[in-house]
Amino acid sequence: MADWKMICKIEDIPQLGSRVVKSAEGDIAVFRTSSDEVFALRDKCPHKAGPLSQGLVHGTQVTCPLHGWKLHLDTGEVVAPDVGCSRRYPTRVDGDTVFLEI
Amino acid sequence: MSKPKLVMVGNGMAGVRTLEELLKISPDHYDITVFGAEPHPNYNRILLSPVLAGEMTVQDIILNDHSWYAEKGIKLHLGKTVTKIDRVKRRVIAADGTEEPYDRLLLATGSNPFMLPVPGNELPGVISYRDIKDTDEMIEAAKLYSHAVVIGGGLLGLEAANGLKQRGMDVTVVHGAGWLLERQLDETAGKMLQKSLEDRGLKFLILKQTEMLVAGESGRVAAIRFKDGMQIPADLVVMAVGVRPNTALAESAGIYCNRGIVVNDTLQTFDPKIYAVGECVTHRGIAYGLVAPLFEQGKVAANHLANFGIGRYTGSVTSTKLKVTGIDLFSAGDFTGNADTEEIVLNDAAGGVYKKLVIKDNKLVGGVLYGDTADGPWYFQLLRDGQDIHEIRDHLLFGQSHVGDVGHQGHSKAAAMADSAEVCGCNGVSKGAIVKAIKEQGLFTLDGIKKYTKASSSCGSCTGLCEQILSATIGGAYTPAASNKKPVCSCTDHSHQEVRDAIRQQHLIKIADIMRFMEWTTPDGCEKCRPALNYYLISTWPKEAKDDPRSRLINERAHANIQKDGTFSVVPRMWGGVTTAAELRRIADVAEKYQVPTIKVTGGQRIDLLGIKKDDLINVWKDLDMPSGHAYGKSIRTVKTCVGMEHCRFGTQLAMSMGIKLEKMLFDMYSPHKVKLAVSGCPRNCAEAGIKDVGVIGVESGYELYVGGNGGIKTEVAQFFVKVKSDEEVMEYAGAFLQLYREEGFYLERTCHYLERVGLDHAKNKVVEDDENRKALYARLLAELKDAKDPWAERIAGVEKQEYEALSV
Repeated sequence: MADWKMICKIEDIPQLGSRVVKSAEGDIAVFRTSSDEVFALRDKCPHKAGPLSQGLVHGTQVTCPLHGWKLHLDTGEVVAPDVGCSRRYPTRVDGDTVFLEI
Repeated sequence: MSKPKLVMVGNGMAGVRTLEELLKISPDHYDITVFGAEPHPNYNRILLSPVLAGEMTVQDIILNDHSWYAEKGIKLHLGKTVTKIDRVKRRVIAADGTEEPYDRLLLATGSNPFMLPVPGNELPGVISYRDIKDTDEMIEAAKLYSHAVVIGGGLLGLEAANGLKQRGMDVTVVHGAGWLLERQLDETAGKMLQKSLEDRGLKFLILKQTEMLVAGESGRVAAIRFKDGMQIPADLVVMAVGVRPNTALAESAGIYCNRGIVVNDTLQTFDPKIYAVGECVTHRGIAYGLVAPLFEQGKVAANHLANFGIGRYTGSVTSTKLKVTGIDLFSAGDFTGNADTEEIVLNDAAGGVYKKLVIKDNKLVGGVLYGDTADGPWYFQLLRDGQDIHEIRDHLLFGQSHVGDVGHQGHSKAAAMADSAEVCGCNGVSKGAIVKAIKEQGLFTLDGIKKYTKASSSCGSCTGLCEQILSATIGGAYTPAASNKKPVCSCTDHSHQEVRDAIRQQHLIKIADIMRFMEWTTPDGCEKCRPALNYYLISTWPKEAKDDPRSRLINERAHANIQKDGTFSVVPRMWGGVTTAAELRRIADVAEKYQVPTIKVTGGQRIDLLGIKKDDLINVWKDLDMPSGHAYGKSIRTVKTCVGMEHCRFGTQLAMSMGIKLEKMLFDMYSPHKVKLAVSGCPRNCAEAGIKDVGVIGVESGYELYVGGNGGIKTEVAQFFVKVKSDEEVMEYAGAFLQLYREEGFYLERTCHYLERVGLDHAKNKVVEDDENRKALYARLLAELKDAKDPWAERIAGVEKQEYEALSV
């Protein structure tokens, strides 16, 4: 059963940066954009399983650190013309607290 | 409020490209309506020749299908010819009565083929070669008839002749000038081309004037008669004697035309509400017929239509390539030359190779290549860059040195490669796959190839090959940007140089300020531009600009190298490759304590611990108690040394000591790309100084300095820079050279590429000849490195703590 879990304060994630959340389902990457939106994806690139949390965030995309594939943070879809996707987890920011549904 | 209305007349490549550029920068500005006289959506006219030759189908060459127009909300009127522009009421009217009002009008009416004014030119079976309809007609004719005559031995005529021949017709090319392609080739190359086309079975009648076309019994053309009385059978006559800008519509609306529709540098006609692009246009007295300049025009027009008002079109230099499979020819610029120019010529008639380069004031101004065009794109780049070629003049004709390029079996000529041959060794992309992507996706740029095939997107060593394949597939439509004008990335049109200049002139000290000032099209850039901007800021304003960790890629952010499984590698610094028993013992202890799976000796004379988990990094560094080796950075890496006079019986200088001094001086130096040095104690050069960014070789009387060497993707031998006497001078000259590179180099440009761009002479002038400047450069370097800190020690002390700590639920 999915549950909203508190994971950190928003300032714990740098703007245009990310954090890794260790969970029973494996690592989850949590991203914060320049406009303070927070997104979460499974920390694995569909290409060769690169840790997306180590990528560079720009707009609402992240570029995988291994081979430069780009993923949409809001959908988990890979930016065309490449294809693939990484699982997306719902997030919510209440005041300055970040919640993850897992 | 409703959006302003943009109407485009003409649905060809130049026009639709303009719309694409417009939609890219300002997607919601206009309600767009397009009129196309042909019943097809926008297709790649350049590839009609392969369609005729049976190598592709019409479906393959569609660039924008119906769904594209629908997606973009563009109203499309196909098969409707606009016959009237009502400039007073601002509306256009088509032959069938369709009316559309406009606020801005874009004319892209293209050109019309010129039909020779000879009797019989209207007979059935006499056609031009311009569109899908003509192509279909030729394909049909080839099934029914045997004798084809092509009038005009220009690019289009020869491609038509080749296609008809492929389809089994007996083809004669009639040409009025002294040799084929007289506007693209000189006489020698033109004759060589004729010979090889004759070998393929084409016939030529050179210097023949057509008198009339003769009808047969059926009323269809049956023969062609020349002014000298000769007559040959002709069931199909293709006129390919040139095109005329299609200005009828513009002229009828009273818009000023002179040959083409006259436009200014913003592609505006004499009516400010009306723009025009493409083959219908005359710009500064020139009407272009190749697609590359038309795309440049489209980009500028789009910018002005979007009300951005940036950019001027100032004309184009064009290059040509004949798209006849198996025939290799290339020409660009002024290939004829005159009294003020010099020529370098290679003429191997038996081998079928001819190369002529035309040079003026030490610059390449034009050239013709026949038989071996592998270096065409390179020459064209030199020509566009206006680069001074006197340093490379003695080997210019032999082309760009590809010696040392790896990853594609030593191939340097794409034409000679089989379709199955691997072009990109990093991503396993074959030549055939690249050609397919170019054709099917309608690619015109190297970026397109990178995006769709991944070729040339990793190490870049196959970039030259990819450019050759692009140029061979789409001919003159491929025009590389001048090197100093290449955009940083797709977030901007500005080049690296423009960005560097703006940062200095406008005193910009934040990435967001650059993006705002230079009108970046993305909110916060991408993984290509942000690291570049960050470097330019901290290298231009070292005391003011703050390093932005979020604009560094993972290795530089984490101060370790990410590996394929997400673990990291740790390389502690060993000054000059010299270590101690205590250091080795600590490394061994760390390896055991953290269960390091692999311990590897690196090429830079140090030890790499591979497979470290990110959360262990800080503890590993703490236990190692050694400074960072910066093995992950666009920064000083190592100074490799031989044992030198310290131990070696041949040594003439203290190589280890010299190396350690250099490495300590340069510690924590960030640069456009990685920097490697080496010091050898004698000319036997055991430290391999000849392939380093700065190589130092000890001799009895002092040291020789070499710069711009590279042992990676492209093996490049370092070039002699200066001979000095003392250790202090080595530091000063090497330091000044590296500071020059740091201040002028483009991000991700190694010293060898930097020197290829600016010339070795430039670096020598600034560092070797100019004592004052050298000392100033050296002083700036030292001032910047004075406060160098060990990033590992800082992180042990708590800097950027979040980076290394995971959260949990």
